[in-house]
Amino acid sequence: MRIVRRLLGLHERLSIVDVVLALLRVAVVVFVIAGVTATLLKGTFTLQAWESLAVSGLALGAIYALIALGYTLVYGILFMINFAHGEVFMSGAFTAFYVAQALFRSGFLASNPILAFVIVLLVAMLVSASVAVVLERVAYRPLRNAPRLVPLITAIGASLFLQNTFRGLYGAGVKAYPSWPMFQGSISLFGIPVRVTQVVVFVAAILLMFGLYWFVERTRTGRAMRAVSENKDVAAMMGINVDRVIVTTFAIGGILAGAAGILYTLLFNQVLFSMGFVPGIKAFTAAVLGGIGNIVGAMLGGLVLGVLESIGPYLLLDGFNIPTPNQLTTVVAFLVLVLVLIFRPTGILGRKDNT
Amino acid sequence: MPRRYRMSAILGGVLLFLGACSNTGGSSTAPSGSTGPNPTTICAADKFGCVQYGPTDPINLGTSLAITGANSSLGLDSQYGVKVAIALRPMVAGHTVKETDTDDGCSADGGTASANQLKADPTIVAVVGTSCSSAGVKAAEILSAAGIMLVSPSNTAPSLTDPSSHQPFYARTAHNDKIQGAAMADFACTVLKVKSAATINDGSPYAAQLQQVFATNFTSECGGKVTTQQAITVGQTDFNSVLTAIAAGKPDLLYYPIFVAEGALITQQAKQTAGLEKTILAGADGLQTPDFLSAAGSAAEGMYLSGPDLNFAGNFYEQTFLPKYKEVSGESAPISVFHAHAFDATNMIFDAIEKVALKDAQGNLYIPRTALKDAIFATKDFKGITGNLTCNPDGDCANAKISVVKVESGKFVRIWPTT
Repeated sequence: MRIVRRLLGLHERLSIVDVVLALLRVAVVVFVIAGVTATLLKGTFTLQAWESLAVSGLALGAIYALIALGYTLVYGILFMINFAHGEVFMSGAFTAFYVAQALFRSGFLASNPILAFVIVLLVAMLVSASVAVVLERVAYRPLRNAPRLVPLITAIGASLFLQNTFRGLYGAGVKAYPSWPMFQGSISLFGIPVRVTQVVVFVAAILLMFGLYWFVERTRTGRAMRAVSENKDVAAMMGINVDRVIVTTFAIGGILAGAAGILYTLLFNQVLFSMGFVPGIKAFTAAVLGGIGNIVGAMLGGLVLGVLESIGPYLLLDGFNIPTPNQLTTVVAFLVLVLVLIFRPTGILGRKDNT
Repeated sequence: MPRRYRMSAILGGVLLFLGACSNTGGSSTAPSGSTGPNPTTICAADKFGCVQYGPTDPINLGTSLAITGANSSLGLDSQYGVKVAIALRPMVAGHTVKETDTDDGCSADGGTASANQLKADPTIVAVVGTSCSSAGVKAAEILSAAGIMLVSPSNTAPSLTDPSSHQPFYARTAHNDKIQGAAMADFACTVLKVKSAATINDGSPYAAQLQQVFATNFTSECGGKVTTQQAITVGQTDFNSVLTAIAAGKPDLLYYPIFVAEGALITQQAKQTAGLEKTILAGADGLQTPDFLSAAGSAAEGMYLSGPDLNFAGNFYEQTFLPKYKEVSGESAPISVFHAHAFDATNMIFDAIEKVALKDAQGNLYIPRTALKDAIFATKDFKGITGNLTCNPDGDCANAKISVVKVESGKFVRIWPTT
């Protein structure tokens, strides 16, 4: 009984708000169970269809996770939301498009595909990291001691500025990435047919995340980052160059975003000046979902959001005979965010003291 | 040239004046001597008044086309058609013509903004637009309320000229999708001989209505089975889930009459979706642009797209229109499929202006708005590039001919009808 009370969030005294929230939670649980049961009983989708939905969700979620890490690293240190991070993601992928196209035209891509891919990846990482560092220097550092809302507005301004700069530089049209011969086709993984690009995206994202985790936990710079995140003033007194740590943090966030940009083009084969906006918002959601400021939380949040987006609408709504669940993808994803925050205001892995 | 215009202006003016007289009873407005009808009286009698130009002012023709963004080739192509029409007909009713170009954004918001901008300018005589039906729905409402004629070269959604929702100042030279959807269903039944189909639309009036026309005809004509009708949102990039859902029904044909950005992504992702590898892909005129081919790449090979038949008879298109098009656009070939419709729309408006325009003793030009609209709706056997156009009371003026092209080696190749 006590467990039930805790799950529903009922403590000693009941206010109206508690009762409403408790009812809401019950209603949600009933809705989810009813929806899932109805869908599974209806059986529109085979097991294989669910599996391939989950796989594409994981691949997209891995990209969200990489971008989310940029939000969460910066938040962990500066307690600010870098809303221009979606544009950092876009800038790398967009610039690297021209490199990829040049390599494709010269025939280098066909003769040395792996090397060409590494070059494109490095260019994207470098550009994204540079954009992130310049952004910090120009837009955020002068305002570091301003009230917390000020850098938030600057971030939104920087985001619009970057979007329109890239539109001016490279045009408003959709540009198609050349495809990589070695990533074509699909393979069978545990009996599930999976596209090679999805495997590459997922594995690369996981490797990068492990690399980041190792960097933060095991290197001197990583230790300095953690120290600055705990207390800037004390860290400065201990001889840590706080400015340098902050720049490093932005650079790492940019590198991950640049890599995410290239992985994104593997999945979708195209770049557009406004491509950073929606993934940026989704990744921010993922960071909050996992518990903002928490590195493992961002990874988990990204993957959970990706899978929810992919499977959620069909699993919840198909049973109710709603004709086109796909149009409600974003609704379902953000509904889940709201629900998670109702049940756990600090996110999946967030700590109370972190908010 | 001046004599021709004067004759037609006077003739048109007299005819119009007689019409106005019969409407108002004819007793109070007697012709003022031998100089012809009095413009002031006619303008006062017209519900929306007249557009006035000084003796040397250019006639101001508005355009509202999708000239930026992912569908810019659709709008720019039509805009070049308008420019060619103006270049080949520099004087209308004795005046030069200038364009006021606005962007319909291929969206309801863009159509609203563009129509409000044009409405605010009292010198706009008529508007060629919009490119997209979503923009057209809003623009037709706003401009009809202001008495400004809107003639679209590429809106195809059936609702725009449906008697229940047709706006009085709206007409189009593009085909109605009742014809395009039926043609695609016919092609699917008789040529492709497919038994089942799934459709995707993006929620725009164009796509939603076109796929519905197709689905209805596909079922009624050859008993085809529509496995599912899915919808996506504009700006979406990941279609794996919707394609997986479609693959569950194993359709022979996947029909998605949408626009370039989402259309290219669906084409690529459909090829990689388990269960859709053998499914035939098909779309419509919204995708018939080189931008789609470059965005979709090799995944578009073998795809079928319906659209207006550009197999125009006659030498005018080849020998006069196309060279001029290349000159005004700087392109080596047309970038979409509605330039001829825009050319015809512009000339229809010009003809109507010459029918109804009036001139006073100082040489000022008056174009009564309601009379202009009536003259456009009275268009009969207008010899355009796209055929002989006759407007019906609901604004459908097209001599609609639909063809299907197939993507072969990165080019659109016309394959049907075979004649």
